[in-house]
Amino acid sequence: MSFTESFETVTGTKIRLMRGGKGAPLLFLHGASGASRWLPFMEKLSETHEVIVPEHPGFGGSDNPEWLDNISDLAFFYLDVLDHLGFDKVNLVGQSIGGWLAAEIAVRNATKLGSLTVVAPAGIRVKGVRKGDVFMWNPEETARNLFHDQAFAEAMLAAPPPSKEGMEILLRNKLTSAKLAWEPRFLNPHLHKWLHRIPVPTLIVWGDDDKAMPVGYAPAWRDLIPNSRLEIIENCGHVPQIEKADRFVELVNGFIAEVTR
Amino acid sequence: MKFYFMHLMPYADLDLSYDEKHNSAWVTLPNTYYDPKKGHQLYNRYLDELEYADQLGFDGICVNEHHSNAYGLMPIPGVMAGALARRTKNVKIAILGRALPLLNNPLTVAEEFAMVDNITGGRLIAGMVRGIGAEYHSWGVNPAFSHERFQEAHDLILQAWTQPGPSVFEGKHYNFEYVNVWPRVYQDNPHPPIWIPSQGSSETIEWAAHPDRKYTYLQTFASVSTVARYMKMYKDVAAGYGYEATEDQLGWSLPLYVAETDEIARREAKEHIEAFLQKFLRMPMEMLLPPGYTSVKSMVGAMSAKAGHAMKQTIDSVIEEGKFICGSPATVREKLEEYQAQIGFGHLLTLLQFGTLPAELTRKNMEIYSREVMPYLRNATSRTAA
Repeated sequence: MSFTESFETVTGTKIRLMRGGKGAPLLFLHGASGASRWLPFMEKLSETHEVIVPEHPGFGGSDNPEWLDNISDLAFFYLDVLDHLGFDKVNLVGQSIGGWLAAEIAVRNATKLGSLTVVAPAGIRVKGVRKGDVFMWNPEETARNLFHDQAFAEAMLAAPPPSKEGMEILLRNKLTSAKLAWEPRFLNPHLHKWLHRIPVPTLIVWGDDDKAMPVGYAPAWRDLIPNSRLEIIENCGHVPQIEKADRFVELVNGFIAEVTR
Repeated sequence: MKFYFMHLMPYADLDLSYDEKHNSAWVTLPNTYYDPKKGHQLYNRYLDELEYADQLGFDGICVNEHHSNAYGLMPIPGVMAGALARRTKNVKIAILGRALPLLNNPLTVAEEFAMVDNITGGRLIAGMVRGIGAEYHSWGVNPAFSHERFQEAHDLILQAWTQPGPSVFEGKHYNFEYVNVWPRVYQDNPHPPIWIPSQGSSETIEWAAHPDRKYTYLQTFASVSTVARYMKMYKDVAAGYGYEATEDQLGWSLPLYVAETDEIARREAKEHIEAFLQKFLRMPMEMLLPPGYTSVKSMVGAMSAKAGHAMKQTIDSVIEEGKFICGSPATVREKLEEYQAQIGFGHLLTLLQFGTLPAELTRKNMEIYSREVMPYLRNATSRTAA
């Protein structure tokens, strides 16, 4: 695995980043469980892209700044990050809270975006389609509900208990997720009004057996973002980039190649 | 030492086999388990018990706030305090609640407390809490902002009580152009006594003990060693601020059962205290400690402790730890004298009804306690203070 880890200060806030690969830049925005490790899907994406994976403020090894209160704060901060990175165009990819964040960034300012990929994003509401209450799930329920293929859950549950530092990171990630998403639950009630402003080609990816953010949300995203396409991955839960890494990478690479050539 | 009769008003008619289908008596236990006909009887029985405490010579009675559960039926404790305000004559009425961060408008508490204080001519004790973790699920309030909302709501209420209105309040969570609460508090020099019930937190103690506040810190349901540790911490913090904490600043709340003999007490209390421990208090970690409710540091501690060994609480385990005092009048007096001498608290809040404890046993408990325990300990103070 070839990646480098660094800490960079953006408008006074220090964040941890992992970077690897060469090619068109791809900025991956993680979900509620953070991005402490360089995962196989990142490695695969880095074969064709310069992949940059920051940890959001309040998560993992990044600062927990005073100013962070909500998803809007985080979206504006990432506009600073885009300036800081200095690329002309970036392919923005985000999953779950990260997908929500990516959409919030894109409605604010998409001038530095080449494309947008949102994977099982939070952020909107489809009445009657209830999101999973991830804050009520215990560790076993979390593992079981995140994946369709229970072998992934078993592997997660069989992992040795985290160290004290690992536990602290887990709790920090959960705390910041709560800050962003507890109430209203994984929702910005105003986001849906502005998704039409996303001007870049958008790929929406969803697992067909997502118990956290049900696939019933997928058509709403497709309908709200003008230049968008929906891909549903079969036999897959909330984290396609892990559970169906090959398919996920294939979809993202194919989409980016098509829309940015 | 001062004596208070504390009530939780549990739904004592709860079908205790609920736990075959549900993992908690909180948040998600369907309210179809509640029968309003039985609830009507229970509310009136419990209010009678609180009124009886006034006649038996208790110094105060305490009502409590919890939401969406079978553990305590007082989501709006001011209703109970209002009912008791007119039917009691001498006792202090402590409202322990209110859970400030749950409220979108904390001025409702400034008003509610001021009304009770006016009706009773100054018998109100104003409790301020954050609520327990489960409440953040039930009320959909973000626990990540629990601490800052508590501080801000407290500041707002204090401003409403102590600054002539109208005044302006500029906060992060709360903003008012006209803070001007009518009625003003009856106890206006400077405001009604404020009690801070807590499950134990050094941050809370440092805040409550600050010379600007000197609020009474109330340790709820904890082992004697925990109570001793936190009360010593309060005294040390006060000393650090350059003053000596009085016993009036320290209170302890716990269930207690006294009967004719040790053997009778244990036999009569067992089923009911175990229902309290195993059924009414039952909730998973995710409900009890939502993210942000406690600091990440305390959470790491709590999770490691849980990983160690989660023991089922029984009558013997809680008696052993001193979380529950149970026995003959002599036994109860002896224990309380010992703890008081050791720890030095000025307010003892006893839960003389708990879990499914029925009316007759509750009354007997109250009578024996008030007759054979309270009078012997009125003048007790700690050895260190003497």
